[in-house]
Amino acid sequence: MPTTPERPDEVESGLIDVGYLPDEATALVAFLAIKLGKPILVEGPAGVGKTQLAKSLADTLGRELVRLQCYEGLDEAKALYEWNYRKQLLRIQAEAQDTGWTEVQDDIFGEDFLLERPLMTAIASPDPVVLLIDEIDKTDQEFEAMLLELLSDFQISIPELGRIEASTMPLVLLTSNNSRELTEALKRRCLYLWIDYPSLEHELQIVRLHAPELDEKIARRLVEVVAMVRDLDLKKPPSIAESIDWARALLLLGATDIDTKTFNDTMSIIVKHRTDIDIVAERVGVKLGGAEDGVSAASS
Amino acid sequence: MPPPPDKRPSREASRRAALFSEPLENPLDAGLTAHLVEFGEELRGEGVALGTSELLDAFSALPEVAWDEPTLFRETLATTLAKSPEDRAIFDLVFERFFFRATELAALTTGIGEAGSGDGEGNSEIDIDALREQIARAIAERNEGAMRDLARLAIAAFAQPGEGSGVLGVDVQRIRRSLELRTDPQGDMPQDDPRAEGLPRDGIRRFEQLLRQELERQQIERTEALPAARPLHELDRALPSGPLQDLASVHRVVTQLKRRLKTQGQEHRGHRRHAHVDIRRTMRASLQTGGVPITLRYRPVRPRRPELFVICDVSTSVTSASVFFLSVMHALHDSFRKMRSFVFIERVSEVTEVFERERDFKAVSEAIARDAGVADISGYTDYGRVWGELLEQIQDELHPRATVIVLGDARTNGRAPGADLFAQIAARAGRTYWLNPEPRLYWNYGDSVIDSYAQYCEAYECWTTAQLENFVKVLTAPEATRP
Repeated sequence: MPTTPERPDEVESGLIDVGYLPDEATALVAFLAIKLGKPILVEGPAGVGKTQLAKSLADTLGRELVRLQCYEGLDEAKALYEWNYRKQLLRIQAEAQDTGWTEVQDDIFGEDFLLERPLMTAIASPDPVVLLIDEIDKTDQEFEAMLLELLSDFQISIPELGRIEASTMPLVLLTSNNSRELTEALKRRCLYLWIDYPSLEHELQIVRLHAPELDEKIARRLVEVVAMVRDLDLKKPPSIAESIDWARALLLLGATDIDTKTFNDTMSIIVKHRTDIDIVAERVGVKLGGAEDGVSAASS
Repeated sequence: MPPPPDKRPSREASRRAALFSEPLENPLDAGLTAHLVEFGEELRGEGVALGTSELLDAFSALPEVAWDEPTLFRETLATTLAKSPEDRAIFDLVFERFFFRATELAALTTGIGEAGSGDGEGNSEIDIDALREQIARAIAERNEGAMRDLARLAIAAFAQPGEGSGVLGVDVQRIRRSLELRTDPQGDMPQDDPRAEGLPRDGIRRFEQLLRQELERQQIERTEALPAARPLHELDRALPSGPLQDLASVHRVVTQLKRRLKTQGQEHRGHRRHAHVDIRRTMRASLQTGGVPITLRYRPVRPRRPELFVICDVSTSVTSASVFFLSVMHALHDSFRKMRSFVFIERVSEVTEVFERERDFKAVSEAIARDAGVADISGYTDYGRVWGELLEQIQDELHPRATVIVLGDARTNGRAPGADLFAQIAARAGRTYWLNPEPRLYWNYGDSVIDSYAQYCEAYECWTTAQLENFVKVLTAPEATRP
């Protein structure tokens, strides 16, 4: 059942219900976006849950999620709409010889021959949806410019059909990894949300939410280690999802503590580059051994 | 144990009531609107690109939240006004300053003072050692409220009223030293004390900010006037410098730079129509039209890829900047086909091979530290000698299409600058640039001799990533568009 929250904490509790622990700013911005009908531009390092935020918002609001994954060279035909050429061609061939030009034209440029792409789907949907435009920084500036009309007025112009306006207000999220400076015009139309890696306590809560059976002590140790790993200069620092995976793996293995051996055995879950593995083993693995007074005392 | 902190909340509340003295039923009354516009004006003054539409957004967003909650109010403004991480950092600084001043002003005009503040608490009541430990603990736990209260206590303990230096920054540092707040581990402390492992840098920074705020508050109360408004300290926005954790942010900047370097010049390609016809591609295209070349294909206009000679100072006076510069050199190596790199302190040493061999930045910096052997005796920069050696090594290869880039602070430590040798290098090369990691303000002070070099080259200050990007644009711009 689609609902509209009245206060920021309603959004927050709604998100928690579907398994997403937002910080205060995230809940607030989501709430404002719903209230004001403005798109959100979400930026932050990879793996902090930008995409997941859109999914969870769709879940908690009871809306359908329409997703547009951006990539270099994405164009209108792939994002907005496309004429179904084959169907049009068949239609023309099936037509009797003496049909007039105008009739055929009226016929083949109808909605029957229109292939809806994500943006179009989001606009034309009778129920309000959550539209996720993922990794907008991967597209070209031309595509960004095309989005402007959509984001400010929620309408699409099709030359042959006229203007299609949104009957319901979609909640739009754009995510970016900040690999390219987005245009001012686009930023101007959006609310801005920067999501960073969560604080220790916050991540502990997240891990506990997704792996509740894990011992509190180990969970705390785990997020501490992950924070330590993120502090290193790595190609790809571990994301939140990887912390959760690691917690589940430890649970499966029945680990009672994170010492050097457990860490080295399971490290591949959070570190995924060969050079990174070397760095982490060298820096964090040693530290863990040192912290384990019991282990070092037993071995000496 | 120090006495419990006094009743701050009530004071804070009365301040807030004084500032927002209008009834809450109509939150967007003229008073607040004016305040917010003023706030936006101040943000613009600090270089945040803020449009009217953003301010309007802020106004339309504020009624939606219970904005007597400080964080909600702040986040609402932030999400509508600050649209990049850099802007957000500036926003936070300006927000703190602006609303602090506004509250203090309101307190002044409505005559809310503080009963028994400052000199009321005598030094004798405070156990200094316990205070030190409590502060260390609060910093380690990043307990905002406790830090704020303890900052007041620390001022009461260490800053005798009337004895302050008059400069807040000096007082802050004096108190910090008296408190012995350090980031390095202090082994002689007991195990459970947070100081045994060293305090987090950002925690100490935050505590300093709070100290500063409290000192400023007391000053305002004493003098009953607001101090003159000053722009943000420029260095707050400087290049990410310092130890390992900041290196990651340097890398982020450099990866962005690489991407931009790759696409740079694309926009120029379309405008230049004098390009040569590409016969091969024209013939191929003509196959579609039965061999008649209807559409002409042109050879793409390649962006200028100059031959680069990069010379980087790696002495201690530019440590933080040279980490940054080295990673920039690393990035440049991927983008320019022909490039030779040198590092120098007292002598010059070529590191082109290191950059070509090692793909990993960390290995590069290690190899340079190990093998370059640039520090001879004293470890201080010797520009005169460096130019001489460099000229010897590269003079045969310098030609008008070559570009020389020097990264350094031009501080000679009193030795001969050798500007004539530098002039010879500059004369042989097509273009010569000097990137100085010091703000222009410090140029030519002390032993900096940048001016004697600047007459032979174009000198740029380069201590923020924006300045660096600007420079890259100059460097890669096609010949025709350069002035």
